[in-house]
Amino acid sequence: MLDLQAIRNDFPILDQEVNGYPLVYLDNAASSQKPVQVIDAVANYYRQDNANVHRGVHKLSQRATDAYEGSRSKVRDFLHAKSDKEIVFVRGATEAINLIAQSFVRPMLNTGDEVLISHMEHHANIVPWQMLCEQTGANLKVIPMTTIGELDLSTIDELLNERTKILAVGHVSNALGTINPIKDMIKKAHAKDIPVLIDGAQAVPHMVVDVQDLDCDFYVFSGHKMFAPTGIGALYGKQELLEAMPPWQGGGDMILSVSFEHTQYNELPYKFEAGTPNIAGAIGMGTAIDYMQGLGIANLAQHEHELLVAATEKVTALEGVKIIGTAKQKASVLSFMIEGVHPHDVGTIFDQQGVAIRTGHHCAQPVMQFFGIPATARASFAFYNTMEEVDALVMGIKKVQELFA
Amino acid sequence: MSSADLRDLYQQVIMDHNKKPRNFREMENANHLAHGNNPLCGDALVVFVKLDGDVIEDLSFQGSGCAISVASASLMTEALKGKTLEQAEHIYQQMHKQLTGEEFEQAALGKLEVLGGVKEFPARVKCATLSWHTMHAAMDSDHDISVSTE
Repeated sequence: MLDLQAIRNDFPILDQEVNGYPLVYLDNAASSQKPVQVIDAVANYYRQDNANVHRGVHKLSQRATDAYEGSRSKVRDFLHAKSDKEIVFVRGATEAINLIAQSFVRPMLNTGDEVLISHMEHHANIVPWQMLCEQTGANLKVIPMTTIGELDLSTIDELLNERTKILAVGHVSNALGTINPIKDMIKKAHAKDIPVLIDGAQAVPHMVVDVQDLDCDFYVFSGHKMFAPTGIGALYGKQELLEAMPPWQGGGDMILSVSFEHTQYNELPYKFEAGTPNIAGAIGMGTAIDYMQGLGIANLAQHEHELLVAATEKVTALEGVKIIGTAKQKASVLSFMIEGVHPHDVGTIFDQQGVAIRTGHHCAQPVMQFFGIPATARASFAFYNTMEEVDALVMGIKKVQELFA
Repeated sequence: MSSADLRDLYQQVIMDHNKKPRNFREMENANHLAHGNNPLCGDALVVFVKLDGDVIEDLSFQGSGCAISVASASLMTEALKGKTLEQAEHIYQQMHKQLTGEEFEQAALGKLEVLGGVKEFPARVKCATLSWHTMHAAMDSDHDISVSTE
């Protein structure tokens, strides 16, 4: 199985004290840490290969281009896509969703049409659609949620109707950890010729994703939540859909020829990559994929599952603590409330013991409104976390209760 | 560090005001009120003021928030009730100085000094100031006004 000590040695940031205690980093759903391999890949790119891509005939530009395009192939393999042309580098999941909203959905949206999302979406998968609806007169529809934090699919057949122009849903909920049954949902949507976008930001760090098996039309994710740098992410889109879409942003690199009368756009995927891209970020993301695949994503998922199960059992056993989100299928996330204590106070007390968790609405305010709470405390695991760190979480809760007794 | 510092932040008086906030009620005959929000942590409160001339005849609040924001609001209502606007302004300024680590007049703050521990926790200063900013906005306006700290 996993050699946890060796893995932790790859993450230099984990080896430090915070407020006099060893750092316990349980805020991975917000952003993950980076292995030394990723840090070195970025640094070495700037040390040895830095140049612009897709342009120069000189050696550095060729090396930069090879590394950048090599990362695209790694993302294609990571998502099990058919072709490198289906992989567009973006700033992150947020940018990818905005791109699809404006380039794919907007041209076909009329007044009275519908965009379907779910109640447990991250703001990144709500606001771009709301903006789009305001621009077009379309309506935003929402798949409801049950009290344990699963999607309520009892009305899905009515929600997916002839007015629905896209279904956009998260693979894994960042606030609750729920793994949504996206394959079934995609099948249902496709039966009515409705295209589907999957927000995979919280899924790719934790599980093998196969976009061909899912048959989703678009799949988006951010690098920084899967051990890669910030400011880089990817959009997967079926080739025929991307071919038919107009570019989103105009600029250099996305063109074949430009005159003042006419511009001919570049082929896929460059049509969607205007301007000099985040080359170092893409290279770092490719290295992060190598790193995860080297350890075996299924092995990582198994270890994280064990952490989540243990944490859930131990926290459930505590008096006066309620877990928010108890779906049958969950990944990585444990959101909780301590009776009589605001999550913000919980966060401060945890921090004083070196334990980093997230407190707040997790950019999912509709989820908080559903449960009638302003915020939760959220522990989220990555494969480098240990059972001892699960115990630190439990200790932290006890400390809070002691202080607020 | 840690436990001692936490006790500085979560002093007995603060825990008491969090559990049993004073003047925690809607005020029907308020002539000034303001909404305060901290969008980052979800704290939201309303401050109600009844002014008689330039005297704060009554001051109350409602809402939800962390222990620091609730206790700060509760302590504020106690400290400012019966004060003139000028006195309230002075206390507001001293409170602000205390929370930002500047020198302040201890005598002006009295019991409010228990909130001084917050300045060691920079992420929490906004929790303590929310009710004060909201109160300030309420005084300055004769209609409902919204304040946001982040």
